[in-house]
Amino acid sequence: MLTLENVGKTYPNGVRALDGVSLAVGPGEIIAIVGASGCGKSTLLRAASGLDAPSHGRVLVDGDLVTVPHEKIGIIFQEPRLLPWLSVADNVGFGLAEETRAERASRVAGALRRVGLSDKANVWPRELSGGQAQRVAIARALVPRPEVLLLDEPFSALDAFTRIDLQDHLLDLWTDLRPTLVMVTHDVDEAIVLADRILVMGPRPGHIFEEVKADLPRPRDRQSAAFDAIKRRVLSALDGSLKRERKVDADASPGEGAAMWW
Amino acid sequence: MTVVSMDAGIELVTAPPASRGNGLARFARPLLGLLVPVVLAVGWELAVRAGLSNGRLVPPPSRIYAQFDELARSGELLRHVILRVAAGFGVGTGLGTVLGAISGYSTLVRRLIDPSLQGLRAVPSIAWIPLFILWLGIFETSKVALIAAGVFFPVYLGVMGAVMSVDRKIVEVGRVFRLSGVQMVWRILFPAVLPAYVIALRAGLGLGWMFVIAAEFMGASEGLGYLLIDGQQLGKPAEIVAAIVAFALLGKTTDWLIVGVTAPFLRWEDRFARAGDA
Repeated sequence: MLTLENVGKTYPNGVRALDGVSLAVGPGEIIAIVGASGCGKSTLLRAASGLDAPSHGRVLVDGDLVTVPHEKIGIIFQEPRLLPWLSVADNVGFGLAEETRAERASRVAGALRRVGLSDKANVWPRELSGGQAQRVAIARALVPRPEVLLLDEPFSALDAFTRIDLQDHLLDLWTDLRPTLVMVTHDVDEAIVLADRILVMGPRPGHIFEEVKADLPRPRDRQSAAFDAIKRRVLSALDGSLKRERKVDADASPGEGAAMWW
Repeated sequence: MTVVSMDAGIELVTAPPASRGNGLARFARPLLGLLVPVVLAVGWELAVRAGLSNGRLVPPPSRIYAQFDELARSGELLRHVILRVAAGFGVGTGLGTVLGAISGYSTLVRRLIDPSLQGLRAVPSIAWIPLFILWLGIFETSKVALIAAGVFFPVYLGVMGAVMSVDRKIVEVGRVFRLSGVQMVWRILFPAVLPAYVIALRAGLGLGWMFVIAAEFMGASEGLGYLLIDGQQLGKPAEIVAAIVAFALLGKTTDWLIVGVTAPFLRWEDRFARAGDA
């Protein structure tokens, strides 16, 4: 159970990136966060991960206050961020330093099998394709068995085919392990394919503008009418979040908003 | 069926010559670097033997070799040089690594000490000789100190730069897995700076060999630098050239040792030229 209570973030230069975000994510739930760039999506995820403590409010995982990275929370970044000096297997086992060698080996082998890269265990990260590297990053994040997995635009650097492949793959992993997933994405289709709930964020300061439920049975057909209906709702919510911003801009004294954001 | 077996046959026939060629190429590549000096040496030897030159100012290889023989018999000369460089390199590398790492890691320390060190770095190290002699005497200590000063700056600069440029994103991976400070240094920072550190060590070692000459010019009665001065004063060019060749061999060998020892730890690097092609 991941809970955000009235989370806000103001950077030292005075920019308010996030304001009053409250959110409760149940066990095994999948949440997607979409929004225009610069609306605080990544800031929100970083606050939830404990990498950047929020300036107001609190983040809790199973009742524990999160101010630094927590053992129950894993994170996957936009880039794989594999350690280039470790083999693929050692990268996957990076978070298992305290386990015995045998335990580590068997869990690493299991994780690699699950992401379909058993044959790459002993190669260097530089020898992997982009999609393979991101799969290794997913395996590395899953191996310590986090209850909550945060994903910050994890597939946005990949080509369209690989992206769809990895979305399906992520769903398979989720079906097996049932972690809570919170994913930031700017791909509306990706959000609808994966999530139970889609949070549309608006900018200046970042806030949750609207929540769209996506209660379709999985696996979801990207071509279905129901899929399209949800997509239209998300897109109009996105539009709404930006219109509201434009209105705020018009009300603000000239130049002020621009100076804050650029 | 026949096609398959034919293919297999072709592979069997072609494979061995290909691998033999590879082995030869692998063996021949380092030898390629010897070609130029060997041709020059043999050419000069033949020219002197043929009476085209008396070889007095530029001694032929045979005379240099005889000088080497003498060097090796006395033995002491090389031992002194190697010990001096080893001591100076050890001290300079140790200080350079520690201070470089600290000022790379801590902005406060960097602001405190880096400007002073950069100022000192601008001083040609030869300029320290008179001071070191006054402070530390004319014997070993001042010589080792001078070599250490020469080694210190490239190592300090290299380590500081390497620590400062460690990718924040990689450090964040360490944070996500909740590494302690020591673990962060050992599992993330150290491997990340290792390639740059090796280059800093090689630059430092090069300067170490350079400064041992300067050190031995200041009133040494043994060592290669002494041999250079002695050869000049007594008009023995073979002695000078022998000392120069000895430096070339020592410098190349120790550099090669650093590269060889560290190469297994750097196989992961994704770089333009692979080790061994250098």
